[in-house]
Amino acid sequence: MDAELILKNDERAVFRLRELYRRHGYLPYKMSKFEEYDLYVRNKSFLVSDHILTFTDVDGKLMALKPDVTLSILKNSNSGRGLQKVYYHENVYRTSPASHGYREIMQAGLECIGPLDSYAVGEVVMLAARSLETISEEYLLDLSHLGFVSGLLAPLSLSRETEAALLKAMGEKNVPALRQLGREQGLPEETVEALSRLALLYASPAKALPVLEELAVTEGSRAALRELQELWGLLEQYGLGDRLRLDFSIVNDMNYYSGVIFRGYLPGLASGVLAGGRYDNLLRKMGREGGAIGFAVYLDQLERFGQQSRDYDVDVLLLYDDSRTPAAVAAGANAILASGKTVRVEREIPDGLKYRELRDMRKEA
Amino acid sequence: MEMINIALPKGRLGEKVYRIFKAVGYECPSIEEENRKLVFENPEKGVRYFWVKPSDVAIYVERGAADIGVAGKDILLEYAPDVYELADLGIGKCRMCVAARKEFYDEGSNTLRVATKFPRIARTYYSSISRDIDIIKLNGSIEIAPILGLSDVIVDIVETGRTLLENGLEPKVDIVPISARLIANKVSYKFKNEPIRQLVQAVSAWQPEEGKE
Repeated sequence: MDAELILKNDERAVFRLRELYRRHGYLPYKMSKFEEYDLYVRNKSFLVSDHILTFTDVDGKLMALKPDVTLSILKNSNSGRGLQKVYYHENVYRTSPASHGYREIMQAGLECIGPLDSYAVGEVVMLAARSLETISEEYLLDLSHLGFVSGLLAPLSLSRETEAALLKAMGEKNVPALRQLGREQGLPEETVEALSRLALLYASPAKALPVLEELAVTEGSRAALRELQELWGLLEQYGLGDRLRLDFSIVNDMNYYSGVIFRGYLPGLASGVLAGGRYDNLLRKMGREGGAIGFAVYLDQLERFGQQSRDYDVDVLLLYDDSRTPAAVAAGANAILASGKTVRVEREIPDGLKYRELRDMRKEA
Repeated sequence: MEMINIALPKGRLGEKVYRIFKAVGYECPSIEEENRKLVFENPEKGVRYFWVKPSDVAIYVERGAADIGVAGKDILLEYAPDVYELADLGIGKCRMCVAARKEFYDEGSNTLRVATKFPRIARTYYSSISRDIDIIKLNGSIEIAPILGLSDVIVDIVETGRTLLENGLEPKVDIVPISARLIANKVSYKFKNEPIRQLVQAVSAWQPEEGKE
């Protein structure tokens, strides 16, 4: 029997992901389940949800069950020579608006910290795509670049609220709202039109990049475009071309993120299973130089992915009674096992057990 | 062909929405028959419709049971689902208002008691003007709350204002205009991009004919 069949989707994915990351020279990173609450208070808006499970440690310190892994890795990383490449597989504890309570979420992922260059960024995005590939042949990896939109908005020097409202509308692909905001705030029509086209854009880089060239009218957006083009060249070389999409409706908090961000999706799962991006700004907030990029795969989502439901618990239910010696029962069970079937040995049919076949070694039978 | 699952809000608005979908080429004859079925398919057009409670449309779409759906802006503001909002259908128009008894005057020194079906919208509005409020969540017949002294004001949807008027109430502040929006599940939009995009384009381009709607 194939050992992989016993594993659940998420367990199988973890094995393969760890192997993938190890092969590319990423080192395992193991951390404690708890972290000082203070770390999260300082970076609250970096977190996906702002609820944190806390408790008081024996010395009176307020501790938290990790709601996030990236912050812990960053905090403990050192700024030595070269890049730090680590991968992890951890549980985090957070709430989501849909779940009405805390959930334990299994995450696997990696972080690459240090003086990043185009190759390093490309490698991480490639590994994100390969991560999805290990789970399903059919997947989509959406790419965006925060510099593109912020480059378009920069010359307008908008207020924080207006910018947030525009980004929210971008995130919803909500063109009517973008137009309305444009009217209310007196934004230049070309900018509103560009944002609307960007919001609705959803295409492979080959199709989308020419459109972006038209829209990149500011220095900032042109710089972002150059980065995307370079990244695209690299990813095409990895043979990942047809699974990538550009989507500028992915927006993240610009206080933490900068540059490339990405999200991964599998068909039939209503929310993304992978999220990541470049977060140099978070590093800077922690008083550090250099860059950082990473992603996490949400393994809890995989529970519902492509599950073949089992119709029965065991192949064979073997019944015996005192008329059989234990050795005879064992021989009977072994014979069934040798044929590659699963077997459950019982004196009576247990309540609620589903079996495909019944073999009765009892006297009456 | 892969089907697009469409959640329609039960009731008058949903019927209007279906007529638009039908007018732009996404008809489904079985939905027009009188029967007790819950799900209606037209494989030829690649659409599967179903009726759900209006306030549940956003949930069906957010969780991916429906690829697209139509929901009032009030529902979207109240539940803030993680979905794409692709078009304003321009029907089901009304407004979210603060209403109170005609003679009510808010002198601003007490905590304002607000009865509403939309606690999030009410809270967001009052926190934007830094007013301390006490929210009373009701599930219907909101208008009766200020009459019986349960609340000072209500936050509710106002279409014509007639119900308010007949009960000695009047709208005091317009919070936000409401209309029906076409929403889509984020992941469906990616994997069924072409058909959803076509449908959205057709529906957004739809214009009410003279004298109808």
